[in-house]
Amino acid sequence: MKKFERLQGLVAPMDRANVDTDLIIPKQFLKSIKRTGFGPNLFDELRYLDEGYPGQDATSRPLNPDFVLNQPRYRGAQVLLARRNFGCGSSREHAPWALDDFGFCVVIAPSFADIFYNNSFKNGILLITLDEATVERLFQATEATEGYRLDIDLEGQRVITPSGEAFPFEVDAFRKHCLLEGLDDIGLTLEQSGAIRDFESRHRPSNPWLFRDA
Amino acid sequence: MASQTLYDKLWAQHLVTQRDDGSALIYIDRHLLHEVTSPQAFEGLRLAGRKPWRRDANLATPDHNVPTTLKERSAGNAGILDDVSRIQVETLDANCESFEIEEFRINDERQGIVHVVGPEQGATLPGMTVVCGDSHTATHGAFAALSHGIGTSEVEHVLATQCLIAQKMKNLQVRVEGKLGLGVTAKDIVLAIIGRIGTAGGTGYAIEFAGSAIRDLSMEGRMTICNMAIEAGARVGLVAVDDHTIDYLKGRPFAPTADQWPAAVEAWRDLVSDDDAHFDKIVELDAAEIEPQVTWGTSPEMVANVSARVPDPTDANDETVTQGMNRALEYMGLSAGQKITDIQLDKVFIGSCTNSRIEDLREAAKVAKGRKVATNIQLAMVVPGSGLVKRLAEAEGLDRIFVEAGFEWREPGCSMCLAMNADKLGAGERCASTSNRNFEGRQGYGGRTHLVSPAMAAAAAVEGHFVDVRDYDYDPGNNMGRADAGEMSA
Ligand code: SF4
Repeated sequence: MKKFERLQGLVAPMDRANVDTDLIIPKQFLKSIKRTGFGPNLFDELRYLDEGYPGQDATSRPLNPDFVLNQPRYRGAQVLLARRNFGCGSSREHAPWALDDFGFCVVIAPSFADIFYNNSFKNGILLITLDEATVERLFQATEATEGYRLDIDLEGQRVITPSGEAFPFEVDAFRKHCLLEGLDDIGLTLEQSGAIRDFESRHRPSNPWLFRDA
Repeated sequence: MASQTLYDKLWAQHLVTQRDDGSALIYIDRHLLHEVTSPQAFEGLRLAGRKPWRRDANLATPDHNVPTTLKERSAGNAGILDDVSRIQVETLDANCESFEIEEFRINDERQGIVHVVGPEQGATLPGMTVVCGDSHTATHGAFAALSHGIGTSEVEHVLATQCLIAQKMKNLQVRVEGKLGLGVTAKDIVLAIIGRIGTAGGTGYAIEFAGSAIRDLSMEGRMTICNMAIEAGARVGLVAVDDHTIDYLKGRPFAPTADQWPAAVEAWRDLVSDDDAHFDKIVELDAAEIEPQVTWGTSPEMVANVSARVPDPTDANDETVTQGMNRALEYMGLSAGQKITDIQLDKVFIGSCTNSRIEDLREAAKVAKGRKVATNIQLAMVVPGSGLVKRLAEAEGLDRIFVEAGFEWREPGCSMCLAMNADKLGAGERCASTSNRNFEGRQGYGGRTHLVSPAMAAAAAVEGHFVDVRDYDYDPGNNMGRADAGEMSA
């Protein structure tokens, strides 16, 4: 996983609540057996006027001019500003893969769905929870100011506006550490193989029916 | 020891290490796999030169992409006409073979929707931790197993380490007391709960469903409820162990052997919340007040009583909510104030991991028996949850009831629950569906989904529009029956 570096990211607003994972990446794209290449199909049903299918050349599809990410002013956005319960629905990791492939590395919202939250951090995407009122102010600022950027300081756990106002945010220490160092969870867990084996040696005698290899 | 909730007990029994920062390493007893969320995980293992930690903890079956028509199914994988879908199923087969993981392949009679297969095989047991790269893994919590959906990175993590990095959730108890009205089912209970607490109401919580109405439910009904915990935002839904749990499991292929059985039952009996256990939040519903439910919008919380009307967005006192309701009504092609029973349908889908078990099919068949699908319904399909459910249903003659009434009787799989295979809605088509998600485009691009119980779906198929099954002349079983365990073993 790549390290999360501090960034001055262009902000794009996604003004709707309960954005579900079917909306982030529709199911027909889940048939891929790869981790990459989902960017052109991020928000597929909102972004294009036709129905997308895997393996298509997205550059020749009719764009929905009303969809926010199709507006030239948001091209190259790295920070997605969203409403409550972002990422609800399925466990598909294709959702953060698509966000990442598109170029987003931060999503700011008043709340996120649990599984999406986990999946995002495992793919180097930082999710920042700020209260509704703050998010509302950021929406207004983003829409009012072309080229609006936010300074995302994970180390200091702050979002800093162009005028210098800083909003602190919470993130758990382990996730923060993994993101900053670009650490692979599996490698870290395997360092504790001894503890896992110890657990198994206690667990097996009291629940022998859970082990079918005997 | 201090009093514990069921969730607290399960958590404590699987804690490998607790980190200072609040995260923990949790041991995983059962890992279920399907073709959609596993290929990238296996690829990750291969690239890192890792092997599964414990092969026997894993069980796989393809379900999302499999065709459900007999013609295509009889050709096995070769019958999957969409190349991309077929490659995904073939990739699962190849991965299971090379990593030596047990798999029920496409035409194995034990194949089916992973959340139907696990319990049916006894591969889901009380006191287990169960994970799967699928958000509806909450289903297995009906057996007092700590179960939740995970993403593909976590699938890889579980394969490699038999553990998951997790954080303890808070405890929410949803208590449903009293007797359900005739014709009101588990599906209506859970939709009513979601209507009450919202799609984010359970976020951060493990929900324990309790109360006399839950205890009265069969295991099938409890699975329907836990299945949709995720639709209330909760990754985990649980029901305590009782006789229904134990009776259901006895004799299933993966269940404890006869000599292990008494010890297992004794251990399982403790899988209940202590009397004075602390819940961070409690929600109470009166079962007698629950009506058959129908969703009218594009989120499961947009749900109404069948006797009600489509709500008016201007009644909401929150700008974001009003906007969301307006958008949903536009997408659904409905207007505020319309009677739910006036909504005309184009298709009917009875299936999915929510409602494709034998009891669901029995309920729907009771309604369909001796009646005909209405002429405005272009397609009414019944898709059993597994090959074994299909066999049992056929042995009971349910397939003939459906076919005579004009329903199509299909092969097992996820089918039109998410339309990754050929079963889908066309743009603007309206469907009464027993599945769990009514998101935009879920059942096909531009398709309109109304979530209902199996009996409500069958009645809607017969009438061509929604009707209140309580006014219907049939003999509702109220999810009280149970499938015979012996017949489910292959
Ligand atoms: S039936 Fe639907 S919800 Fe259940 S596992 Fe399949 S696609 Fe997911």
